[in-house]
Amino acid sequence: MSSSAAFKENVSRTFRHGVHPPENKEATECRSIERVPFVREYVLPLSQHIGAPSVATVRAGERVLRGQQIAKPGGFVSTTLHTPVTGTVKAVEPRLHPNGKMMPAVVIEADPFASQKVEPAERPSPDGISNKQLVEEVQKAGLVGLGGAAFPSHVKLSLPKDRKIEFVVINGCECEPYLTCDDRLMAERPEAVIRGTEIMMKNLGADRGYIGIEANKPEAAARLREVAPASIEIVVVQVKYPQGAEKMLIDAIMKREVPSGGLPLDIEVLTNNVGTAAAVADWFDRGVPLIERVVTVTGPGIPHPRNLMVPLGTPVSTIVEYCGGLTENTRQVIMGGPMMGMPQKSLDVPVMKGTSGILALTSVFQETAQEYPCIRCARCLEACPMFLNPTRLAQLARFEKIESLEEYHAMDCFECASCSYVCPSNIPLVQWIRMGKAMLREAKSKQ
Amino acid sequence: MKDGRSPDLILSTSPFLHAQATTPRIMGDVLLCTVPVILAACWYFGLGILLVVGASVLGAVGTEWIFTRSGPSTLRDNSALLTGVLLGLVLPPSFPLWMAFLGGVASIGLGKLVFGGLGQNLFNPALVGRAFLQASFPTAITTWTAPSQGLLSVPERIFAIPLLQGATDAVSTATPLGLAKFSKEFTDVLSLMIGKIGGSIGETVGLLLILCGIYMGIRRVFDWRLPVSTVLSVAAFSGIFFLIDSEKYPNPLFMVFSGGLMFAAVFMVTDPVTTPTTPKGAWIFGIGVGFLVVLIRLFGGLPEGVMYAVLLMNAVTPYINQYTQPRRFGG
Repeated sequence: MSSSAAFKENVSRTFRHGVHPPENKEATECRSIERVPFVREYVLPLSQHIGAPSVATVRAGERVLRGQQIAKPGGFVSTTLHTPVTGTVKAVEPRLHPNGKMMPAVVIEADPFASQKVEPAERPSPDGISNKQLVEEVQKAGLVGLGGAAFPSHVKLSLPKDRKIEFVVINGCECEPYLTCDDRLMAERPEAVIRGTEIMMKNLGADRGYIGIEANKPEAAARLREVAPASIEIVVVQVKYPQGAEKMLIDAIMKREVPSGGLPLDIEVLTNNVGTAAAVADWFDRGVPLIERVVTVTGPGIPHPRNLMVPLGTPVSTIVEYCGGLTENTRQVIMGGPMMGMPQKSLDVPVMKGTSGILALTSVFQETAQEYPCIRCARCLEACPMFLNPTRLAQLARFEKIESLEEYHAMDCFECASCSYVCPSNIPLVQWIRMGKAMLREAKSKQ
Repeated sequence: MKDGRSPDLILSTSPFLHAQATTPRIMGDVLLCTVPVILAACWYFGLGILLVVGASVLGAVGTEWIFTRSGPSTLRDNSALLTGVLLGLVLPPSFPLWMAFLGGVASIGLGKLVFGGLGQNLFNPALVGRAFLQASFPTAITTWTAPSQGLLSVPERIFAIPLLQGATDAVSTATPLGLAKFSKEFTDVLSLMIGKIGGSIGETVGLLLILCGIYMGIRRVFDWRLPVSTVLSVAAFSGIFFLIDSEKYPNPLFMVFSGGLMFAAVFMVTDPVTTPTTPKGAWIFGIGVGFLVVLIRLFGGLPEGVMYAVLLMNAVTPYINQYTQPRRFGG
């Protein structure tokens, strides 16, 4: 049980459906963010966000200063990359990416004698800049959604003509079990979160801001309330997965549903992760681009679980080592949370902009669980936050009924895995649906 | 990681956490709930009922084993065992064992395996078995034993030799529904609740069945809407007739606690495989069962209609599912 359970607020705001996995946050929820020491080599994949890969602007042998740009956006849906250390570019070459493939990356060897101080970048004051300027600045700062999806933030911030944003919703739910990086960031840097939120609100002309926090983070909520202006409301929502999905959070806070296939923009809302809000403040107030992030290193396979401030590109192996190394019985290492994270075969992969956690697990669910036939118990229907019929979708995917997949709204699924989590027959529902969505996309592109 | 190498890491797909409930455990929960029902039946009808239930289980599990031998064992999901027990509980206490065995064979063979096994069957397997027996042995399945036979009573009739009708040595009685239908005699509700009546092995103790239902509802073994809507709908439809003519028609409480209604509400309409998956569908299913039960009991040729009501609603379940798909989020 969480040590903060006694202080839990009685909250009613939430979305419909969802699941209650064990929270498992007690190992790190009270641990302050620690800085990890610099290591020798940093690997920065050019593709660590959704969209086109960045294009390297440095060559092997070039000396780079901490915070300096090393890759430029490869398109509008793409962003800038900066070196997290002062050192020398060793190579621009394919390296093992957390997605399991060899992907082009800038490799930087740190200079052990450099001060590693960041020279503040040139940037305008956020007051009175146009929306276009804000978009440019945020892209220049290399900001992406730090909740895990890593969608370039400037794209979201770019306001199309004749559209407006009335509300800015900042996501501090952190509904994934185990993870506490957002919790600690809110508790330790509430001013930065609020400041970033204000910058976005002001630029977009939004009257109201909300910061949604699950009820298991009372310290974060209290700290934010201390510094929040009247225009920003700290909203405590029920602890339930996937509360941190933007559509679920908007529904919980303002009882508005983002239309199917649409964006929050369609209902005049902008959402961003708390880490992203703080990063916006860091860029405008301190001139520091996105070169480091908070990562929760935890799980039964980690002897000393911690919340770490990690320079991007740091090898996972070194931060695992910093937390005591993997225990002998570790079977799986997950990048991200246990519900939507990505399993890793090797620890020789770097921390990226979207890496919220490193989770070491000592048992593999699929090894012990036997799959049984679907008994149509409807637990998956009751779990699905999008009100879909997961068992039907999985069946349609299995038999490649592509037209029916569309009829049953396969594309509305955002793969939160609540269905697989509750299935008593251990059917990998979300995996089937992922495959179904891929088939549907392929069929559409052929048309 | 003492030697500096990482252990062999396993790749699998998300999620990496899983809820506790599994299909065999859900079946196990239902089986657990049949235990008090079986004990109560022993008290009223004697230990002989264990043989009847046992014969039905043997038929069901044996059939599952024979036909699924070649593949991975499907006995571990407990579903065949559960079907056997449920069929046993809807048979008369002095039902011949060989017939019970045959019923078990039919329930798994015709009720489940021909459709493709667990999860694929359209009809409730235990009720398919009972319908088979009703069609094959109409007399035996409507020969009822009076309660209070003594704990050690084992009616000789259950050992009847196959295909040769055995002697009816049991103290024959009529069920409350039979009395109501054919002699307009209404048994008092208290006797119905505590099970001091003639009837199928597991159907008589209404209060115990309610407790089982509450336990399973809390454990989320089934969707609570199914039993609740079934019982409410029987009460509502029979209530209408009771209001029209309280002399001619039984009161709603009698209707709810008599015959197989309460047992079906707790153990039959709650079978997830053969009932709707959507919340709206669950209400429609229960209301449909209640309507048909009242219709058959009050206006049909048979005193009891729960079995046919459930089977008929099973048949339309795929359509109910199709027409009650929930609205998607943001759609």
